[in-house]
Amino acid sequence: MGGWFAEATNWWFLLIAIFIAFAALRVVTATNVVHSALFLVAALAGTAGLFLLLGAQFVAWVLVLVYIGAVIVLFLFGIMITRAPTGPKVEVDNPRKGLAATAAVLTFAVMVYSSVSAFGHMEVTKVGTGTATELIGDQLMGRFVLPFEAVSFVLLAALVGGVTLARKDVPGEDVEEEQ
Amino acid sequence: MSLVQFLVLGAFMFSLGVYGLLIRRNAVMVLLAIELMLNAVNLNLIAFEAALRTAFAGGQIFAIFVITVAAAEVGIGLAIVLLIFRNRRSANVDELDVMRW
Repeated sequence: MGGWFAEATNWWFLLIAIFIAFAALRVVTATNVVHSALFLVAALAGTAGLFLLLGAQFVAWVLVLVYIGAVIVLFLFGIMITRAPTGPKVEVDNPRKGLAATAAVLTFAVMVYSSVSAFGHMEVTKVGTGTATELIGDQLMGRFVLPFEAVSFVLLAALVGGVTLARKDVPGEDVEEEQ
Repeated sequence: MSLVQFLVLGAFMFSLGVYGLLIRRNAVMVLLAIELMLNAVNLNLIAFEAALRTAFAGGQIFAIFVITVAAAEVGIGLAIVLLIFRNRRSANVDELDVMRW
């Protein structure tokens, strides 16, 4: 364990990991929906920091742009439109916390046990040398072009579906279109 | 750095997501917990990519795919929550019992 603390990157990891753990804990325990969404921003920013540490610059900035820039704004709009409980006195959790905590702890135990027994010997090498964005672009347009197109179709379908679901039905509109 | 430290952090985030998914009543907060779980998966993908260093950067590309699908999921999910709120005046998942028999 002494050698673990000798590496400077491990200190960075520890700092960011504590930050992420605290923020993630507050996401699921905060009683205010807006606070919950903003703690998710903190958890995502910490994750982007870890991505930078692991040499995935492109994905880190995609995470910042797409998640912190767009998805959280969407969440805040959703919170405002549905008038979700934002006061401190509203009960936001259901009473079965013990069962939920048991399920979460068991999930954690199984995942930690299996990851340590299967990947305990593996090391993250070449920390600090990033993946060139050029490689990601080449691979997206080469080897992964079919999943890339499929995922773009999913995004288009989600866009159209979201508009269709969320728009208000105007009475008599279909009749006018038939004329 | 060892790989396990990232996997344990990812497992911790995922478990918190499971906990939040199970205890939250408001549908928007359930979606927030799901985002936490997806983020833990992304952390695992990037950590494995950094450990294995595949020639085609598969972990990073799949993390991008996960981010894309998560964005689509949030858009559709919030549209459905909005529709339910408009019809039932409530976005609490424990009050949505119309399909119970």
